[in-house]
Amino acid sequence: MTLKIASFDFTCCEGCQLQLANRESTLIDFLELLNIRNFREILSEKHEDYDIVFIEGSISRQDEVERLLKIRERAKVLVAFGTCACFGGVNSLKNRFKLDEAVREVYGNMAIETLPVRKISDLVKVDLSIPGCPVAKEEVERIMVSLATDSIPTLPNYPVCVECKQQLNTCLFDLGEICLGPITRAGCNAVCPTGKTACLGCRGPAEELNMPAFFELVKERGLSLDDLHEKLAFYNAFEPLATDET
Amino acid sequence: MKRDFALDIHHLTRVEGHANIQIKVRDGQLVDARWAIVETPRFFEVMLKGMSAERVPFLTSRICGICSISHSLASIRAVERAMDIVAPVVAEKTRLLAMHGETLQSHALHLFFLILPDFAGTSSVLPLIQSHPDLIRAGLQLKELGNEISTVTTGRCTHPVSLVVGGLSKAPDKQALLHLRTMIQERKPALDKACSYFHSLTIPDFCRETEFISLSNGSTYPAIGGHLVSTDGINRDENDYLQMTKEYTREFSTSKFTRLSRESSAAGALARFNNNYHLLHPKARECAENLGLQPVCHNPFMNNIAQLVECVHILEDAGELVNSLLESNLAEIKTPYTPKAGKATGAVEAPRGVLYHHIEIDDKGKVAKADCIIPTTQNNGNIHDDLRALVEQSLSKGKNDGEITKLCEMMVRSYDPCISCSVH
Repeated sequence: MTLKIASFDFTCCEGCQLQLANRESTLIDFLELLNIRNFREILSEKHEDYDIVFIEGSISRQDEVERLLKIRERAKVLVAFGTCACFGGVNSLKNRFKLDEAVREVYGNMAIETLPVRKISDLVKVDLSIPGCPVAKEEVERIMVSLATDSIPTLPNYPVCVECKQQLNTCLFDLGEICLGPITRAGCNAVCPTGKTACLGCRGPAEELNMPAFFELVKERGLSLDDLHEKLAFYNAFEPLATDET
Repeated sequence: MKRDFALDIHHLTRVEGHANIQIKVRDGQLVDARWAIVETPRFFEVMLKGMSAERVPFLTSRICGICSISHSLASIRAVERAMDIVAPVVAEKTRLLAMHGETLQSHALHLFFLILPDFAGTSSVLPLIQSHPDLIRAGLQLKELGNEISTVTTGRCTHPVSLVVGGLSKAPDKQALLHLRTMIQERKPALDKACSYFHSLTIPDFCRETEFISLSNGSTYPAIGGHLVSTDGINRDENDYLQMTKEYTREFSTSKFTRLSRESSAAGALARFNNNYHLLHPKARECAENLGLQPVCHNPFMNNIAQLVECVHILEDAGELVNSLLESNLAEIKTPYTPKAGKATGAVEAPRGVLYHHIEIDDKGKVAKADCIIPTTQNNGNIHDDLRALVEQSLSKGKNDGEITKLCEMMVRSYDPCISCSVH
């Protein structure tokens, strides 16, 4: 059975869509699972009948709101695809500033419409979320196979820490750096801490996480709370958890 | 022939991002030709304010899903120059290899997924998997190699992990480098296949003289840093990026425009080629000659060919860099530093052309001000002016509406515009 899919992007870098064209060695088999109905970045034809729709990006302009509502009406399964769609992503950092100040800083006196950044579930019902900045193609493949075989797709519920330890990495906390691995949902194979840079939590909170214990860990190690807050705010994936403890 | 013709392509397909092409012809005369970018702005320059210098490359890489390594490295270069940090040689070599991986991936994506359907007369690459299986397999092999180079050097092919201020957070793995060396050799026939296919194509004949802008360092084909040069004889210091771009806004576009000596100018593979032809690997120059590309070439459709020529250069140079890294001490990868106040520009040659990040750091090590000028922004004026010239030329040659539409779309795609990048 092939899946009738469509892919649409909103306020984003289009890096998650691009992952669909990666993993080239399995790409032709992957494409055989799909009947691509609408995907502007690779396809000139545009059809409006699709079952599963991937929404990449967050929402920050009125025309995006309207486009999203129309897509929701047509889609059977709407997937929030990537961190921007799931949590607002880095775009949400704009929300710390007044909109007119932001416009003036970038465009001077030119009138430009922009709204506070919102995640997809703030506007429409989301049936499935695939987080990641960018999404991991292996996970996308696994979820697509679940959908094609009518089984329920799942995400790991444990933290990145578990995957990081499986790779026998030195803990970044032991190297004096705050890493969000202990509180972030796994599924990325701990790609950032394996590259010796801190997890910034692009996949959002793990289930049953203990935020007070995590804050305690940072304090115990004498690490910077400013740094912690900068990291927690990076993808907007820990609101309101991050502010509860401050 | 006196005729009326209106073209309104809403959200042009097979490009990165959202833009429209609008053409109006009345009584056989061109009234208006527009390249209108309608992408939603994200305000990265605002988002960067107050962020720690060390985190900047992790944010700016998110400007673009295709050229995230270039954005990361432009920021790293700006921050390192602002804070007087010199990264170790091994880090510099690894960064250059990472750029090669990204450019190879980006060019392969553009050549095989985005423009090939125009030449083959299909709406996407999908039917070509059946009709041209060997060619598509070759394209995928090149794209996969680009992604693999990026993964080995930066930890991930999109949004790099280990490129950091001061150098690298982790060195490339020796075994992975050995594997890369073999892979580069094994994939050269795929590139030969691509070259012979593109040789068999008829590239549209169109020419409008313009000014080509790129980096130049006088000794190697440009990638990271250098002087800012143009085919009109401009040569400026890297920090003088504002005089090189003279950015301005137009009411119909959320992406800005730039100009230098003329009303419009171009950046990208063709601009690099035109300014640095003699620094290409001899095999790449030979490939250019076979494909009929010579400097200075003013046909924007030849940007596709220039990308292919760069792929030849990249495969040769990447092989040498891998060998050099294998002979290096991979322990020295990062220079320790203490954040301090300063400001500087970091310029790199992203796949689509010269990219500038200008960053000012305050005495607390936080960003006080940031400015990013994107290659596609520097091509907007040229695309806009080329559309006008292309329609006028096509009208005088008596081309029909369908032919003009296709030519306009193909011309814009030749620039490989990265629209969401340009509306960062």
